[in-house]
Amino acid sequence: MIRLLGRRLALGLGIVLVVVTVTFLLVNLAPGDPARLWVAPGAGQAELETARRALGLDRPLLVRYLSWLTAFTRGDWGVSLVQQRPVLRVIADALPHTLVLTGASLLLTYIGGIAVGLIQAFRHRTAADTGLTVTTLIIYGMPAYWLAIMLVLVFSYAAARYGWPIWLRFPAMGVTSLDAEFLSPWGRFVDRMRHLALPLMTLAAIGIAGSARFIRGAVLDVKGLPFVRTARAKGAGRLAVALRHVLRNALLPVITLLGLSLPALFSGTVFVEVIFAWPGMGRVMVDAVGGRDYPVVMATTAIFAALVVIGNLLADMLYSVADPRVGSERE
Amino acid sequence: MSSIKALWGDRRAAAGLLILAALCVLGILAPLIAPADPVVQADVLRTRFLPPFAVGPDGTLHLLGTDRFGRDVLSRLVYGARISLAVGLLSVAVSVGLGTAIGLVSAYAGGLVERGLMSLTDAALAMPRLVLLLALVTLWEPSLILVVLVLGCTGWMGIARLTRAEVKGLMGRPFVAAARATGLGDFRLLQRHLLPNALTPVLVAAALGVGNAIMLEAGLSFLGLGIPPPSPSWGNMIAGGRDALVNAPWIVTFPGIMVVLAVVGCNLLGDGARDALDPTAR
Repeated sequence: MIRLLGRRLALGLGIVLVVVTVTFLLVNLAPGDPARLWVAPGAGQAELETARRALGLDRPLLVRYLSWLTAFTRGDWGVSLVQQRPVLRVIADALPHTLVLTGASLLLTYIGGIAVGLIQAFRHRTAADTGLTVTTLIIYGMPAYWLAIMLVLVFSYAAARYGWPIWLRFPAMGVTSLDAEFLSPWGRFVDRMRHLALPLMTLAAIGIAGSARFIRGAVLDVKGLPFVRTARAKGAGRLAVALRHVLRNALLPVITLLGLSLPALFSGTVFVEVIFAWPGMGRVMVDAVGGRDYPVVMATTAIFAALVVIGNLLADMLYSVADPRVGSERE
Repeated sequence: MSSIKALWGDRRAAAGLLILAALCVLGILAPLIAPADPVVQADVLRTRFLPPFAVGPDGTLHLLGTDRFGRDVLSRLVYGARISLAVGLLSVAVSVGLGTAIGLVSAYAGGLVERGLMSLTDAALAMPRLVLLLALVTLWEPSLILVVLVLGCTGWMGIARLTRAEVKGLMGRPFVAAARATGLGDFRLLQRHLLPNALTPVLVAAALGVGNAIMLEAGLSFLGLGIPPPSPSWGNMIAGGRDALVNAPWIVTFPGIMVVLAVVGCNLLGDGARDALDPTAR
């Protein structure tokens, strides 16, 4: 178990290294000159050369890569070219917002997905199953940014125009209201939750639709097995069989889903953060890429890659906990 | 051609095929279907933000309204189908080419080559695709070819794994040994016997991949990094309509519905095909 963990960690580190190396090459081979950000508009060739030398951009690519890599591994992530703040500061401000959003939506995705998948599998080939299948298929086909815009249209604009009750009306952007500072602690909490509602609804709806499709199949595979019939025959209730016998065994493939769904979740987050002006990593990254803020691009890439690797690692570990046969014999 | 019949027999696959065929016809016949030119704008002040079913000053009926430059939304949707379908199909063609090649070679060669190629696949699989796409497309000049290449080169991993697993399974079968006994070379064996037999799951994955690629293209265009305007793409139509969300919600709504239709069509076809073409399916 420990050896497996060590190996997987080493592999994960390798993957992160590959990702940042590829990104570094792409960023540095791309047309465009980052030194332009450091000279005043209209500056001549001489000023540009000076800036390039000062930034170290005149050195060969390999030298730049190695010096960047050593600095990066030592925790010196440089200064954001656009925000003129240390990159670590920028990340430290943004990361919690993204983790709150993705964490909450992952939780809802699992709870909702399992519930919907179970209902569908136990009402197999009924109107409820068909209806839910069609619904999940359509929601799963929706681009996150479009669903987000549609939710804003309904729960912010239409709700305001037609005077819907306050609990059906949600703010369309940001993390807090402008006057949040003056609210009571409870008021501030409610304010935050209301701001979280629409971004979370977007990500969770798509997540639930995707995982329910998967869980329905996994449950159907297990449901017909002999031990389930035995459990029913000995008089266990429907719900007990569903939760204790079927779900437990169907959960194995679902755990794999956790690792596999992370990249999709993060790309969904990027779009959702852009739409809802949510000051998380995705927005920081899109802004950085747009503004050619190279240090921030590198840092956000590294962090997203690390999050994906950690997610996969976690899924692997959970898998070998849930099924002891796995892990001991694997390679 | 029994597989086509089997596909047609599956309700989902048939529905998916119908949806995709309809979208293809829409794209191919765009000049005949579109009531107006998708790019040219007329008298902006009098033609912009016309709601659905409005009749413009020149007497043309705008079935789905007009956008903020007075361009007919329906016409742009129809022309946008060309871009979305082209990007989806071409980029998946690139992924299938890359993926089957890598999968075939690694399964057939075995040993160190296989280990190396599969580690490469695992590393590529762990890369956050959108991050890579964003970095590539923003830093280089966006164009149709770049989007296709980038989507294709970041989507081959699943197909490589599938192909490898399929081919590995086939290699132990007697017909492969028989073919080899007749003196067939490596290339002929791969081309005539292994590839065709491994193709079914690859095609299923490809169908699902097309939907994914269409969604990603729309996403990139939405961020302003995909197909550059004024070419109509569903993604950049959604992006363009966002500014007028309150006054002209139809500009955003319809292209989104088109994306959903295309993706649902691909997913239906993929899911249906998996069950219809798999002899061991329940």
